[in-house]
Amino acid sequence: MRKLIVTLMLATMATGVAAETYTVGQQDKSFTEEQLTIKTGDNVEFENNDPFFHNVFSLSDTKFFDLGSYPKGESRTVEFTEPGIVEVECAIHPQMKMTIEVEE
Amino acid sequence: MSKWVWPLLAGTVLTSLAPFVQAGETEYVFEAGHPSLQHWLMPEEVPFPEANNPTEARVELGKKLFFDPRLSGDGNMSCATCHNPVFGWSDGMPTAKGFQSRVLGRATPTITNTAFNALQMWDGRKDSLEDQALGPMVSSVEMNVDLKVAQARLMALPGYRTAFDAAYPGEGITDETLAKAIASYERTIISTDSPFDQWVRGDEDAMTEAQINGFKVFVDPDKGNCAVCHSAPNFTDDGFHNIGLASYGEENPDMGRYVSVPLASMKGAFKTPTLRDVTETAPYFHDGSAKTLEEVIEHYALGGTVKDNLSPNMKELDLTTQEKADLLAFLQALTESKEPIQLPDLPL
Repeated sequence: MRKLIVTLMLATMATGVAAETYTVGQQDKSFTEEQLTIKTGDNVEFENNDPFFHNVFSLSDTKFFDLGSYPKGESRTVEFTEPGIVEVECAIHPQMKMTIEVEE
Repeated sequence: MSKWVWPLLAGTVLTSLAPFVQAGETEYVFEAGHPSLQHWLMPEEVPFPEANNPTEARVELGKKLFFDPRLSGDGNMSCATCHNPVFGWSDGMPTAKGFQSRVLGRATPTITNTAFNALQMWDGRKDSLEDQALGPMVSSVEMNVDLKVAQARLMALPGYRTAFDAAYPGEGITDETLAKAIASYERTIISTDSPFDQWVRGDEDAMTEAQINGFKVFVDPDKGNCAVCHSAPNFTDDGFHNIGLASYGEENPDMGRYVSVPLASMKGAFKTPTLRDVTETAPYFHDGSAKTLEEVIEHYALGGTVKDNLSPNMKELDLTTQEKADLLAFLQALTESKEPIQLPDLPL
């Protein structure tokens, strides 16, 4: 009985703080989303669907990251821990831009 | 004997001209006019910003300004001094010579089809042709002019006052109208009708068999892999890559795009130039280090010289001597035949 209660508590806690993971593709030299709204603690997985390399990055104050260059079929994930606006771009193809709004 | 030779020869030709190549999502069929090729045709309309519709008066004014050396400090350099139509709108030199013949650090990029560029300059630091136009004028190592002085010179000439008023009524001779007019003229320097374009449209005779085979090498990811960066339709991905030139291995190398975008992959990365009219724009690369297209092909065949921070698109290529020759033949099919340039009458 005690074991069951602990398990349920852990499950409830896990549900309460569960972070979502969103997927944004890079396809035809564009991001599949122009704008995305997420919550603090959520993750975004950037998946390359193009037959050439992309280099996703952001120089935003809210979240600075550089995922480096990676090829088709690979993805890399970023956790967004602070609220604010994050401009995301591809370093190789600067016409690729999107915005992530991170809410409290 | 001849009975044996012919089937063998036919087999060789069929092998070298296999009809299909899969490049990314595109399955190419190498037949003139085939639907799989049509994305290589340039748009019929040249893009322009909403605030600068290229009217005839604006283009005509921009052409005068482009060729007018009075827009430089010493009155001896125009835009066309470096962007010279007889050198494919470049200057035929490894790197440019600026104010008082000072040797500059980078090759002069062509003007051809820059209207279609997402960003301007080798390092992409300018957003538009309007944004770019005044940069070389005010640069102390290039045209080295005070724009107020240049505009006073133009104001003193009735022909220019009339031309500015026709192009931009009531706006006067300002930094903005000067830049807009030059950009409007640059948007007329377009190459969209090369033998390659004619072949894509359906003219079977526009390209030779060697050129068609060269195109196949160009797009094949397992051969030339050129189209990974020199992509359709303007033979550029508008992107930035470190292609492993020897100059990147020198002390204090030109860091290129990294200055504007401080990310590791951008160290030594430069904008992919168009290949349209490429036979007219030697020497090649941002540092002018390749005298010929043969040297360019050899550089890529080696997968670059300096491997530090090399673009992941670069790799050693598996190309035969014949495939390199075909690739060269294809590049020669990217230059369109043009009418001679008519120089403008400048106001005196």
